[in-house]
Amino acid sequence: MDDATGAPRHLPDPDDPQYQAWREAYEAAKLRAVPWETMSGVPVEPIYGDGPYPGQYPYTRGVYPSMYRSRLWTMRMFAGFGTAEDTNARFHDLLRAGGTGLSTAFDMPTLMGRDSDSPWSTGEVGRAGVAVDTMADMEDLYAGIDLGGVSTSMTVSGPAAIVLAMYIGVAEKNGVERSKLAGTIQTDIFKEYQAQKEYIYPPRPSVRVITDMIRFTSAEMPRWHPISISGYHIREAGSTAAQELAFTLANGFAYVEAAMAAGVDVDDFAGRLSFFFNSHSDFFEEIGKFRAARRIWARWMKERYGAKAERSLLCRFHTQTAGVSLTAQQPEINIARVAIQALAGALGGTQSLHTDSYDEALALPTDDAARIALRTQQIVAHETGAGSVIDPLGGAPYVEWMTDEMERQAEAVFAHLDDLGNGSILEGVYAGIENGYFVGEIADAAYRFEREVNSGRRIVVGVNEFTDGDDGDQEILRIDQAVEDYQLKRLEDTKNRRDGEAVASALAAVTAAAEDPTVNVMPPILEAVKAYATLEEVVKAMEQVFGTYVEKAII
Amino acid sequence: MAGTDLPLRVVLAKLGLDGHDRGIKVVARILRDAGMEVIYLGLRQTTDSIVAAAEQEDADAIGLSMHNAGHMTLGPNMVKALRDAELEIPVIIGGIVPDDDVQPLLDAGIAAVLGPGASAEEVAQTVRDAVSAAV
Repeated sequence: MDDATGAPRHLPDPDDPQYQAWREAYEAAKLRAVPWETMSGVPVEPIYGDGPYPGQYPYTRGVYPSMYRSRLWTMRMFAGFGTAEDTNARFHDLLRAGGTGLSTAFDMPTLMGRDSDSPWSTGEVGRAGVAVDTMADMEDLYAGIDLGGVSTSMTVSGPAAIVLAMYIGVAEKNGVERSKLAGTIQTDIFKEYQAQKEYIYPPRPSVRVITDMIRFTSAEMPRWHPISISGYHIREAGSTAAQELAFTLANGFAYVEAAMAAGVDVDDFAGRLSFFFNSHSDFFEEIGKFRAARRIWARWMKERYGAKAERSLLCRFHTQTAGVSLTAQQPEINIARVAIQALAGALGGTQSLHTDSYDEALALPTDDAARIALRTQQIVAHETGAGSVIDPLGGAPYVEWMTDEMERQAEAVFAHLDDLGNGSILEGVYAGIENGYFVGEIADAAYRFEREVNSGRRIVVGVNEFTDGDDGDQEILRIDQAVEDYQLKRLEDTKNRRDGEAVASALAAVTAAAEDPTVNVMPPILEAVKAYATLEEVVKAMEQVFGTYVEKAII
Repeated sequence: MAGTDLPLRVVLAKLGLDGHDRGIKVVARILRDAGMEVIYLGLRQTTDSIVAAAEQEDADAIGLSMHNAGHMTLGPNMVKALRDAELEIPVIIGGIVPDDDVQPLLDAGIAAVLGPGASAEEVAQTVRDAVSAAV
């Protein structure tokens, strides 16, 4: 209590010009029509504590002035398995259940740019995501969904340019102009070399294709996010929270440097870069990480890259709960882990959230498990009060200290990469991929964690402590072998129906574009997929020029 | 070989397209710390490349890591490829394998299946047991 007046403290100072500026921006925003009070009827302010306030540089407290008071985070549930029709049915279910965006998981052959009939694909078609071989599969995948009215996220990096071209092709076939398309395609190739390992070409040609995509979407698709710079997989591969933060933002700086080097003005694309972070179980560390990410990105974009537009400074991100934290032992208790991680994402100010299903340490989620996961974040959104007050933990000494500590550790990594690259983060990232820096750091951190769990120094409930419980017979989603057979037949039919000569000449144009760095590869790729060239055919048309990447096997 | 003083030689590989290599790298270090010689072939291996490496390296055991639900196809393919090459080397699968799939994999000739959460001791002992049983 305030000694003089007896009124509660911690309210912003009404005479502070920063607060007044925030208040003005907040008042101008359209708010959700819900009561701003606690469950017990206590009225609550949108913000407490000190500035800079949300929507003010360096955005530690949030990217927008009114945050969830205007709009809750997008509940974007990732789905993809079996055939395009199976996944399409799951999309319709999720939209009916109140999901507000689509997110597509592709199977491993698709992520690696291989067709279902490749010998490499045996046993993996439709297993860990949906199989896409040609634009015909994309037509089935999004059937009955108004692509001008939803936002779609596609989690694919190696062949991202080709998959994006297929999406554009489907939309245009349905009469939706490409300029109306909203969504995100992952495209983050650096994290593939560092962590997820789904690469095709070597780093430099890959970055050339990405800069072509950035140029293409900057010019023709104003609502599209051509790249989602992803720490999620770096964390899943075993990194610490600070490494996830540092490597991800460094990758972001590298893409910015690549696009600027290709002659694109930073403010013409930086506003459409978005991020993707993991939300793990160490609650306050995660929240500190999210807050630090916003502050670091804003500073670097402004001070190092000279961005002027406010949008270029905003680190907007999607969050997914930590798949790697889910245990196969007593799988139901994962629901509790997911709830805590989801709350950390919300208190960290995420723009969208995927909550993992409790059965994902065993297999892809069943329908029931996916529904529970969505309900979990709906509880966080509507029952906990997390959407009423912006950055509610801001100002807490531990949270502020953790935010600073995350930033400090990340800055040390940036300094190392800047040094490796002789003053270029882009060159530093290339060098760190080449010399095994990233994979080594991640593997060391993963091993350290395993040893701690193994020695019992770190408790994982249900794994090394509190192990009494029924591991029981858990129902899991199984992908029938029939999916592979069906997909092979579908691919064969599409190949039989298409005009072979048109495909061959379209592919030759893709190769020619790949050979000439002054030509953008996107338009010829679009023509090729519209002629129903397969994913692998287009990949190979460029592979002839770019070669392939083989990782050194480092333990 | 087992029964001598020489350390066990274990070939580890990711078979197929699956790139999840966190688990196999941790297993590589666990086995190395347990005194074994580990030959990690890396990502995107085929049954042929694993057979060739196992033969060349005189491997006592082969460890495959699978996180993509492809184990029911790829596991038996690996066993068959070794039989075709007349190599009697036990194959151990680690990763995400549902309980119901374990027995069919053992029936198909896989020596052992290690699930998520297996301790370092279990991992090393499983390899030793598989090698002893194969001799």
